[in-house]
Amino acid sequence: MSLTNEIIQQRLTEKFGDLVGGFTTSYGMLQFEAPKEINLKVLNFCYDDPQLGFLFLTDLTGVHYPDQKGRELAVVYHLHNLKENIRLRFKVFTAIEQPDVYTATGLFSSANWMERETYDFFGIHFVGHPNLKRILNVDEMDYFPMRKEFPLEDQTRIDKDDEMFGRG
Amino acid sequence: MSRPVSYNLIKKPLEADISMAPMPSGHQGEGFFATSLNSVIGLARKNSIWPLPFATSCCGIEFMATMGSHYDLARFGSERVGFSPRQCDLLMVMGTIAKKMGPVVKQVYLQMAEPRWVIAVGACASSGGIFDTYSVLQGIDQVVPVDVYVPGCPPRPEAIIDGVLRIQDLVGKESLRRRNSETYKALLESYGIQ
Repeated sequence: MSLTNEIIQQRLTEKFGDLVGGFTTSYGMLQFEAPKEINLKVLNFCYDDPQLGFLFLTDLTGVHYPDQKGRELAVVYHLHNLKENIRLRFKVFTAIEQPDVYTATGLFSSANWMERETYDFFGIHFVGHPNLKRILNVDEMDYFPMRKEFPLEDQTRIDKDDEMFGRG
Repeated sequence: MSRPVSYNLIKKPLEADISMAPMPSGHQGEGFFATSLNSVIGLARKNSIWPLPFATSCCGIEFMATMGSHYDLARFGSERVGFSPRQCDLLMVMGTIAKKMGPVVKQVYLQMAEPRWVIAVGACASSGGIFDTYSVLQGIDQVVPVDVYVPGCPPRPEAIIDGVLRIQDLVGKESLRRRNSETYKALLESYGIQ
């Protein structure tokens, strides 16, 4: 028995119905999204279902879409079925005013640091995370640098010559 | 097949067997020489600077070339590179200093004994360089006072040697009272150093 994207999509819609959606395939990799309230249910199902068996969390990160009102921040989970060598991308969206998403640390220990990093750069608050604090940036930083409203350039500099940076 | 050797054909005679630092100005007669304590101590200090390399990236590689036999920083009395801040006079910061690294640079500076000098080698250490971004310290002069800046990305070993020579110039001419002066204390105070 070999697992295919079609079987994964079928299993997910059987289980969650209309709650999961947005199925697309890019470069052979299946992607879908679900409401943020059931992100743990979906992850648990992908993990526990004997047919799916996505036991490995490859990556967890965030994306900021400033133009999508009400769903500005995305949390992206990359899952991997090591036995069948199939990967899966799962997204949940949240409003930027209350960026609360349930933590996946209970299921994947590797989510711990990756969620800290996502919090560090995007300010997504992972509810239930055991140690949600900055991991890469300085502790004193008072903003989330990967959000689009913050320019990449350092704003604390006063001696900057815009011409030298091609912004003249 | 070996290449014909086409260099080092003309033998250059040594200018002197031993190169000596020039004598400071003073009065001398038979059996005595009188000069100011300042210039004697300056002479001794400037020709025996112990550098402490704080190398974080490509400028550090240029520094390794500078210390190597080809450029040979040892010619200028900086033979002994120390890796303990307690023993060193010259902190050479070479490379990008991230904001998280800033407190480390400052701590290394604090661990050095007075008199101490700092040289910022390369664009990143001097101003943040091309890394005009949230994670990089925009010049180490935000955390420690800097005596000499060496431009370049990375600077060539000649430029680093030029920077060390300028440090030597500062060291040789420095007044013995400078480190006790009010202006110096105010300078350290501005960096939050007592």
